[in-house]
Amino acid sequence: MRKLLFESLLRRPLTEAPPRLDDAVLATLAGRLDAVARFRLGRSLSIRQVDAGSCNGCELEIHALGNSFYDLERFGLRFVASPRHADVLLVTGPVTRNMREALERTYVATPEPKWVVAVGECGFDGGEFAGSYAVLGGVSTVIPVDLHVRGCPPAPVALLEGLVALIETSA
Amino acid sequence: MSLRSDLIGEAVAIEPQHPWPRIRVDAETWRRAILGIASGQADLAGLWSDGAAVHLALAEHGTGALLVISLACPDGTFPSVGVTHPPAQRPERAIRDLWGLEPEAAPDPRRWLDHGRWGLRHPLGDRAPHDTTPDAYPFLRAEGPPMHQIPVGPVHAGIIEPGHFRFTANGETVVRLEERLGYVHKGIEGLMIGASLDRAARLAARVSGDSTVAFSLAFARAAEAALGVAVPRRAVWLRALMAELERLANHLGDFGAICNDAAFSLMLAQCGILRERVLRAARTTFGHRLMMDRIVPGGAAVDLADPAPLRALIADLRDAFPELIELYDATASLQNRTVSTGVLDRDLARHWAVGGPIGRASGRSFDARRSPGYAPYDELDFTVPVRTEGDVDARIWIRIEEIGVSLGLIEQILDRLPPGPVLRPFDPTVVGRTSGEDEGDSAARSREGIALVEGFRGDVLVWVRVDDDGHIARCHLRDPSVFQWPLLEAVIEGNIVADFPLCNKSFNCSYSGHDL
Repeated sequence: MRKLLFESLLRRPLTEAPPRLDDAVLATLAGRLDAVARFRLGRSLSIRQVDAGSCNGCELEIHALGNSFYDLERFGLRFVASPRHADVLLVTGPVTRNMREALERTYVATPEPKWVVAVGECGFDGGEFAGSYAVLGGVSTVIPVDLHVRGCPPAPVALLEGLVALIETSA
Repeated sequence: MSLRSDLIGEAVAIEPQHPWPRIRVDAETWRRAILGIASGQADLAGLWSDGAAVHLALAEHGTGALLVISLACPDGTFPSVGVTHPPAQRPERAIRDLWGLEPEAAPDPRRWLDHGRWGLRHPLGDRAPHDTTPDAYPFLRAEGPPMHQIPVGPVHAGIIEPGHFRFTANGETVVRLEERLGYVHKGIEGLMIGASLDRAARLAARVSGDSTVAFSLAFARAAEAALGVAVPRRAVWLRALMAELERLANHLGDFGAICNDAAFSLMLAQCGILRERVLRAARTTFGHRLMMDRIVPGGAAVDLADPAPLRALIADLRDAFPELIELYDATASLQNRTVSTGVLDRDLARHWAVGGPIGRASGRSFDARRSPGYAPYDELDFTVPVRTEGDVDARIWIRIEEIGVSLGLIEQILDRLPPGPVLRPFDPTVVGRTSGEDEGDSAARSREGIALVEGFRGDVLVWVRVDDDGHIARCHLRDPSVFQWPLLEAVIEGNIVADFPLCNKSFNCSYSGHDL
């Protein structure tokens, strides 16, 4: 273990440069974040992830945000265990009917100000599962969504772009 | 004579299903099959319905050869399998919820996938309207004065799928765990009905995101078997390459994540780097990090243009991974948490025919790549690691050893990849028919296939019936988790609550694959 730890002192970090931000995304978000919220958050956002029926593909890529290449925490973004500690809900899945109440209650439990990022094609409009008796079809059918990060699943860089855009506009 | 051949001898009729037969039986033979499975003469491989009949897949010991037995349910009932053989209980409850067929004398009357929120009952059978008031769900009780309950989920603290765990604990010790699943039920089997082959392949690829390659492969193989389509040799090898990359990525992720649940975050960080390298190599080589939709009926959607990134990946992993094995092996504080924790009994593993690293850590050597086996693994040199301790440590070691096996397989595939095309397009309305079959009703002209594929989590079973116009008539997809989830309830018993994350992660069952 000592060898591994020592080596990591000498090696250059694997962490990659932050993604370039899309002006259009920034402009959309800026309108939604008022000055008071920006002041209170102080360039730091806590994220609560909610799986509302995804295939787990999106979760794998959200997990990857924590690895040494993307290192989400350097942007002041971190995942928290409870919606009561969260500023952002990161929601995946087509929203199954069996998860509807859990998602609504998670949203209500998140204190204001709060934002919702819907992840993946399923989170956008139900994706491949749209039209099933068991799904509602997209996060915005249940709670208001501030930003969509599309893709099946979106690559970590795309997720990073969305989340960093959120924090840039809230700073 | 094996149970399998006995049953074939008793069949009322043999249906044209490929590559293994499906037989129609009467209720007496159905009961005999159940008793045979319950007494260990064959393994239960799946239980599902198409509305008109219930189908039970069993696997012969040793050869792994499958047999599907079908019992017609004209009066909407069938003799319960679960009352005699408990592993069938949840599949049976799912059949009741989805199709409205009643398992007679079933021990558990509670609904399973149906939480009372769909606005209807029996969505795939005779639909009955229902409001969306949730059903009550009485959990099983544990009696005694100092017991307390801990409800967890469906929204969990980590970045994981939703499900509910109800712990009953005596102080720190878990007396009973009961799972309630179904939260991510998306109605995949319903969406499959009437879907085109392309659309059905995309749905199969999204049954469980971490096993997208395994499900795509199993679906493609089942569809190809049904339609009698031969796949180009190069595609067969490329598919195995993707399957081994998927296994590598997931085992690396699991290894790091299990250690992290014992608060050993260094391993998560190191494994996270290696996993990311696998996904990046997959992206460079096949155009998608998880290789989603890269395997399609008829072959592969992409060819391997340049093997260099994969060779570099293998070299990287061969260089970095031994250090991590040594780190695990030499960290006593970590092993203090994993050794003798969450023991899965050997007999229980065998009775439940549990697959994947969970089964192989408890002495069950089954690996679908070996038996029944499928190409190209018959031409490749590989071992199937087996351990007998059955604890979290053994499940970690199986994964460690399988990472080494997969590295070897990938090298062999890269060295010997045959040339040629990777996709053979076909017309699903035409292929798979023998001449003179145009007579009769369209049900008689449907074509059926079944496939068993070894994913990183265990054996994935897909059964498909293709109708006359080349669309999916019925499709059943069975994730290995179906038979793994209930065993998690057994292994946690007597362990402390704080060891549940370790036990759970060392199982790493799929919620989405289970709930469909």
